[in-house]
Amino acid sequence: MAGLPILSLMLLVPFVGAIACLVVEAQAARRIALVATLIDLVLGVVLWLNYDIGGPQWQFTERLPLFAGFSWALGIDGIALVLILLSVFLMPICIGASWRAIETRVGEYMASFLLMETLMLGVFAAQDLFLFYIFFEGGLIPMYLIIGIWGGKDRIYASYKFFLYTLLGSVLMLIAMLWMANEAGTTDIPTLMAYDFPVSAQRLLWLAFFASFAVKMPMWPVHTWLPDAHVQAPTAGSVILAGVLLKMGGYGFIRFSLPMFPQASAEFAWLIFGLSMVAVVYTSLVALVQHDMKKLIAYSSVAHMAIVTAGLFAFNRQGLEGAMIVMLSHGVVSGALFLTVGLIYDRLHTREIDRYGGLSINMPYYALFFMLFTMASVGLPGTSGFIGEFLSLTGVYQLSSWVALVCTTGIILGAGYMLYLYRRVAFGDLKHADAAAMPDLSWREWAMMLPLGLSVLWIGVYPESFIAPIRQDVAALDARLAQARPQGDSRLTPGKAAPARALALRGGAR
Amino acid sequence: MEWHHALNLLLPEELLSFAGLILLLVAGWAGDRAARAITIASVLVLVVCGVLVAPELGGGGTGPQTAVFYGQYRADAFAAFAKLLIYAAAAACLIVAPAFFDRFKAMRAEFPLLILFSTLGMDLMVSATDLIALYIGLELQSLAGYVLASFQRTDDRSSEAGLKYFVLGALASGILLFGASLVYGFTGTTSFAGIHTALAGHLSMGATFGIVFVLAGLAFKISAVPFHMWTPDVYEGAPTPVTTFFASAPKIAALALTTRVALDAFGAQAAAWQQIVIFAALASIIVGALGAIGQSNIKRLLAYSSINNVGFILIGLACATAQGTSAMLVYMAIYVAMTIGGFVAVLMLRNADDEQVEAIADLAGLSRTRPLLAAALATVMFSLAGIPPLFGFWGKFVVFQAAVQAHLVALAAVGIAASVIGAFYYIKVVKIMYFDAPVDRVVGRSDGVHWALLGATALIMSPLGYLLTIWLHDLAGGAAASLFHFV
Repeated sequence: MAGLPILSLMLLVPFVGAIACLVVEAQAARRIALVATLIDLVLGVVLWLNYDIGGPQWQFTERLPLFAGFSWALGIDGIALVLILLSVFLMPICIGASWRAIETRVGEYMASFLLMETLMLGVFAAQDLFLFYIFFEGGLIPMYLIIGIWGGKDRIYASYKFFLYTLLGSVLMLIAMLWMANEAGTTDIPTLMAYDFPVSAQRLLWLAFFASFAVKMPMWPVHTWLPDAHVQAPTAGSVILAGVLLKMGGYGFIRFSLPMFPQASAEFAWLIFGLSMVAVVYTSLVALVQHDMKKLIAYSSVAHMAIVTAGLFAFNRQGLEGAMIVMLSHGVVSGALFLTVGLIYDRLHTREIDRYGGLSINMPYYALFFMLFTMASVGLPGTSGFIGEFLSLTGVYQLSSWVALVCTTGIILGAGYMLYLYRRVAFGDLKHADAAAMPDLSWREWAMMLPLGLSVLWIGVYPESFIAPIRQDVAALDARLAQARPQGDSRLTPGKAAPARALALRGGAR
Repeated sequence: MEWHHALNLLLPEELLSFAGLILLLVAGWAGDRAARAITIASVLVLVVCGVLVAPELGGGGTGPQTAVFYGQYRADAFAAFAKLLIYAAAAACLIVAPAFFDRFKAMRAEFPLLILFSTLGMDLMVSATDLIALYIGLELQSLAGYVLASFQRTDDRSSEAGLKYFVLGALASGILLFGASLVYGFTGTTSFAGIHTALAGHLSMGATFGIVFVLAGLAFKISAVPFHMWTPDVYEGAPTPVTTFFASAPKIAALALTTRVALDAFGAQAAAWQQIVIFAALASIIVGALGAIGQSNIKRLLAYSSINNVGFILIGLACATAQGTSAMLVYMAIYVAMTIGGFVAVLMLRNADDEQVEAIADLAGLSRTRPLLAAALATVMFSLAGIPPLFGFWGKFVVFQAAVQAHLVALAAVGIAASVIGAFYYIKVVKIMYFDAPVDRVVGRSDGVHWALLGATALIMSPLGYLLTIWLHDLAGGAAASLFHFV
């Protein structure tokens, strides 16, 4: 296993597939895309199985001095591993979701998606500052094309907004990166993560990175590109946007902002908390009044990502681990929700909530899956949503009980808009004849929904599979952050729990 | 011995002059029937010149033995780098020209000759280390350029472009000469090395004026804001192969010349001109980006884009460091590839009557009718916008890296933020080609030569271009080092 450049291979497979898709006809392009993404899924699982938990921090490292000024340096830690798994897991499902829905220019569509996969995996695997930037920024082109060509009515506006917002955010980050590389004399990310920049410079650098990651995340008030992009993107585009692209922002915070600028992160934590609190309450309320299902889920994404940012800047292990699990869970759940919307959109070609109703009568299996994902989004114990949100809010509580209080209302509001959505779509009478005529899930749709449903339950019941690889890395990050950790207001004192044996003895004596 | 050495160093220029004169005789004798043969011969001459100049890029292109004719001329690695780019651009322009002019029966034998003489002038420009030599080179290039702009003499727009170019170019030459005379008056010498020595220490008011006027004259030639007004009109009016030429070769020559003047002649007073260059750089980036938004003609759009790109290149100059110069050269190399690719793609846009399609609106839906052409044009656009993983990003990257290393972080931040404005109109073109419904205006076929050129430039612009970075970095670094011989 040691000699095989598995990460490069994972980047290469979809890239080659993308080029192949451009020159073949529609059905062959679909097959090539599916095969390429499945190969990557297998490689991802191989990566997971071979990942040595508790081993060195950076594994599967590769380094080729191919370029001037930066190098082809890849490698992953547990955090990157989990996000890579999420990406390779969602990709075949995206291809499946586009199997029938995309009729025009299939080759270009599949090529864009495969290119997207290469770039996403590159973002998580890059160990060189500028290699990371190239992958991070490169995702703009395929996503611009996906939204613009295969999107809905206002696709042009949405694609411009997406492109220019994210570009403006990232170019400032580039200047900060250039400064850092000049100051530290290296572009190696692991080295930079341990480099102590002067505190005065940290502030500006932090803000530059924040500009980029806040847009990608997206945080209030720069979130407005997201609902537009989601509504206009095709279903698979939404899945990948919500499932993986949004995670790049969180990954950026955890990989760059926090370890590289710990003091500045502590100073600006109030900013993050402020924006997160506004986002949780405001976007949840906005979600409550949406008529368009996709828009509703898009706003709920903003609210969930706000819990991620709050958890990240809690400066403790619960917060960090919780944020990671929320990202993972949100990736699966929101992807699944967009898919459930896409399934009925494919049948009726509308996303108006009022055009549906009573679907549990004619589409019981569909309603079952929808229920599961709704509950996971709400954060019901036993589903993936609960683990992450509970952990991150615990982390936030240690730092500020007020922030935790406000963020928790997001859970309540989340239950509000999600259950309201579910009631209007799945329960009640079959008001519309065309909606009543819709068939239940086909085998292809089963094949997409089942893995998503199972993974929601897996993360919810046994999160250890996903926390174990990140534990060591979160601990390392926590240790690095210790120098700047702000004083919390909850004044938690570790209780002196009576030893279990003593308890048992007391029980026996009674 | 001295003459032998000098003639050896000047081999490419000698070849260009003799070949130009001989081909002129051939043209006079054989007439326009020989136009195609002369064009092919000219391309061959340029290739041989490239081979002759290439060794100077290595170790031979630095040190005092590169200066000849009593310090008026310097054949160093810096000049060699610029010359190679110029030859490549001129050759590309010659290759695409016959197909364009043949349709109007306007392919005359003068065309390749004018390009050759213009190239000779540019060779002098990039190698000149004396104000007189500089002016001779500049005028030789410009005079040929004025004629080229109005080459399609039956076309009103072309004649107008030539006239505008001539009047404004003459004005700029006047400004440049005025500045040169001031510099000469206050330093007592026309040689760059002499000016460098004389300007050290206190800077007199007269010399400051001289520097400002010289730079203003040069800013016209590189079409930097605020001396950019002629660019869109001339680029639109001139025949497209000529526009390809204008946007690439003379621009490279003028930029190299400006760099040499600023760093060599005025190198001792970098603080005096740095602010001018910083202003011109930022103004070019912003005006180039804003001006392009409203354009409906693809050639005008590319004209504004070239103004925009000059702004980025000037950021490298504003650093006044060897890294900055090296970054400029790398940017220029990538810029030449992007410009040639862009204009070759534009040349390939023909309608059913085999006329050029220039309106951007007519490109609607090109990705469905001509997918390869649309993909190439989209690559050019994203590359010009500097979006990774395309190679255009690398040019911006090195320039901003140099700026940050020279502690011009604010300049870099403003410049890169302004590049987002530029991205708007580049992606607009992509939007029209990819998102809009087809109008089927572009139906003409193109020959293999165009495809080969387009393919080659697209390959450079693709992510594969990054594999060139180490090589480019070494060459440009060596070239920049040879310019800093006085340190």
